[in-house]
Amino acid sequence: MSELFEDYATAARRTPAFDEMFDGDQLPRAEYSQVAAALSELNLADVTARADSMARTFLDRGVTFDFAGEERPFPLDIVPRVIAGTDWQVLEQGVAQRVRALEAFLNDVYDKMSVVADGVIPRRLITSSAHFHREVSGFDPAGGVRVHISGIDVVRDQQGTFRVLEDNVRVPSGVSYVLENRRAMAKGLPEAFGQQHIRPVEEYPRRLLAALRKTAPPGAEDPTVVVLTPGVFNSAYFEHTLLAGLMGVELVEGRDLICRGNRVYMRTTAGEQRVDVIYKRIDDEFLDPLQFRADSVLGCPGIVNAARAGMVTIANALGNGVADDKLVYTYVPDLIRYYLSEEPIIANVDTYRLEDADAREEVLDRLDELVVKPVDGSGGKGLVIGPDASAEELSALRTRVLQDPRGWIAQPVLQLSTVPTMSGGQFSPRHVDLRPFAVNDGENVWVLPGGLTRVAMKEGSLIVNSSQGGGSKDTWVVDGQVNGPVTVPEGPPVTVRERVSVWPIETGWQDRQPEQQQQQLDGREGSGNA
Amino acid sequence: MLSRIAESLFWIGRYVERADGTARILDVHLERLNQMPRGEQREVSRQLLGVMGTRPPAGEFELSDLLHALAYDRTSPTSIAGALGAARENARRARETVSGSVWEGLNTTWYGLTQHRKDVVGTYRFCHWVVERTAMVRGLSDTTMSHDESWQFLVLGRSLERADMTARMLSTHDVHAAGLSWVNMLRCAGAYESFLRTRRASFGDQQAAEFLLLDRLFPRSIVYALGDAEKCLTNLNPAYRRVGFINDASRIVGQARTFLEFHQTTDLMSELPEHMERVQKACARASDAISRTYFSQADELSWVGEVS
Repeated sequence: MSELFEDYATAARRTPAFDEMFDGDQLPRAEYSQVAAALSELNLADVTARADSMARTFLDRGVTFDFAGEERPFPLDIVPRVIAGTDWQVLEQGVAQRVRALEAFLNDVYDKMSVVADGVIPRRLITSSAHFHREVSGFDPAGGVRVHISGIDVVRDQQGTFRVLEDNVRVPSGVSYVLENRRAMAKGLPEAFGQQHIRPVEEYPRRLLAALRKTAPPGAEDPTVVVLTPGVFNSAYFEHTLLAGLMGVELVEGRDLICRGNRVYMRTTAGEQRVDVIYKRIDDEFLDPLQFRADSVLGCPGIVNAARAGMVTIANALGNGVADDKLVYTYVPDLIRYYLSEEPIIANVDTYRLEDADAREEVLDRLDELVVKPVDGSGGKGLVIGPDASAEELSALRTRVLQDPRGWIAQPVLQLSTVPTMSGGQFSPRHVDLRPFAVNDGENVWVLPGGLTRVAMKEGSLIVNSSQGGGSKDTWVVDGQVNGPVTVPEGPPVTVRERVSVWPIETGWQDRQPEQQQQQLDGREGSGNA
Repeated sequence: MLSRIAESLFWIGRYVERADGTARILDVHLERLNQMPRGEQREVSRQLLGVMGTRPPAGEFELSDLLHALAYDRTSPTSIAGALGAARENARRARETVSGSVWEGLNTTWYGLTQHRKDVVGTYRFCHWVVERTAMVRGLSDTTMSHDESWQFLVLGRSLERADMTARMLSTHDVHAAGLSWVNMLRCAGAYESFLRTRRASFGDQQAAEFLLLDRLFPRSIVYALGDAEKCLTNLNPAYRRVGFINDASRIVGQARTFLEFHQTTDLMSELPEHMERVQKACARASDAISRTYFSQADELSWVGEVS
């Protein structure tokens, strides 16, 4: 191994976490062998130069997120995160299963609530969720899908088992980094690409567009899809432009839209044009000032009525937040059993429901050992990691939990798995999570191979959010025997086309070509020193 | 296409051209200004800023203030840095419509703005760099974007701004009554070699002004640029009419061009200030008319009820 890995074993021993690249004897696991071989050829100067060039490309291409009003490049680490094809197969099925269960749950919650009647989940838990929107109760969305796009966050625990950490079925973001990371890595670490089959990610925009068009309101012959962004100041604006650009559809802001007679139009230079499918990248609360926050200028008045009338598809559907509430999360394994009659493929992380008196008592006794999270938070906001918190923070947390037990859950501190990451001139273990993205077109749930791996840049840190100094890694799903000959999975058979000639027959011009070039050369020589 | 995006593209075209024109003007005038005594330098700096469309501040106005106002002031859309910043901001808003390389070109340019020394010598380099970068952005937009509606808006903005900039270049001649030679004036527009090859021996003020104003084949001449703008307007709305004009903007641009093109004169030099003023006014009015026709949004979002 190269000098860059010199202290890796020592650092890895400091944490009980599962290391994804090296096994217990500090030998690279089979799926990482190509990466390890590529990295061992590099010295510090190489790695630094490549990392710089990758960062520069990101800045030039504008692959940034907005942090406190400033555009920052999303740091990409040079070591990819590799998942073996066999492991991925399980993950893929598990994620799809979860999406199907949540889809069924949402359909039920906004309809008959039989899940409550059958005693699987308490009614008050649903009705007390901040994202249970009565405004959208009692109608099926046009196209029949609620969770078009989802991001199911998974982590690997100390044994290396995948577990679901949370579900995101409102506006999951991050897929643009998956697409950009792959492009950057192909230039930054080309050596590792050659000898193995890495499942491609670039079909995501096509899949997404196909799913969105498929779920258009009935009657739309050639549905018009738009991406609705809150505007250029949103932290994920880059992603909105990238997706709209790659799908070849318009990126609209609320002020570009207008609702009339329960139909949605956009203002174009050729007048108003009907919109059939809206890929919504703004929060529900801001979408329609008539139904939700009246002070919102990001949305378009009347859009919810249009959806209710079945004239426009909104993806993801409104009110999905009730399914990714962190307290509902604790019931998802039960929901899978209830709706699909299947056993969950990926387990949850053990979670305490703080509104349950016994659990609350236990948690309050052990606050300093647990992670406590608000149920409707995202981006790591409000999360308290017990072992790292000061006494004051813990006592403040205790008061807040007692005031609103429904608002919090607690989980044991999970030692997320580690992957080597460039830091301070050498590779050292850093904790990672994974967000696979799933696209649901109503019939199939397709999971993007890989997903977004976020990595905590500080040693020992478990917080991977980009807003809190996290970076990302390109995520490779690697198939085939890694050491033997590569087996490319079977695609559609390549057909060899016959050559057909349609141009009028021309004789002789190819014979004259060398002659002409020769003439030009002669001419140049002749005039050169005249 | 979305009205908002069309507006962004129009302004990308204008701002890039403005940065280019301002860099050219500044480059040539800097050479002159450096050779003047301090007092005159101040006076001329002040007038030059006026020609570029900004009212100079009261009080002392030094050469360094001029450099700041025309090159580096990021808050003012008349300066090069301000124009390039605005172009980049517009491209950011229309990013899914412009091609990736156009966006990258503008974005990289924007990041490069800070990497120049802001003294006189650094400004020469800066101007040169800006001329290069804007040429690159123009080339990329012409070769990597479909020449559809969106591109027409970009070129429309570019052509109007180009006519306006050439008019300003010609106006600066007044400022330098004592000095700026026509050779430099032509260099400003990058027209020197073309002019020489066209006119050969007959060389003078009158011919040079004529070239920049009226030449039908030189792309930076006012008549040529206005003609380009007219073509874009027709392409944007190709409805065929036997009588009349398509919209206000076409009328304004067309009138200005035809007047110049078919105007006969023996004393172009004394008419020049009026021509320049009218051209600039026509560009501004055309720009307003385009906004009204294509970009106007209902000022406020309002709910229009459920009656179909």
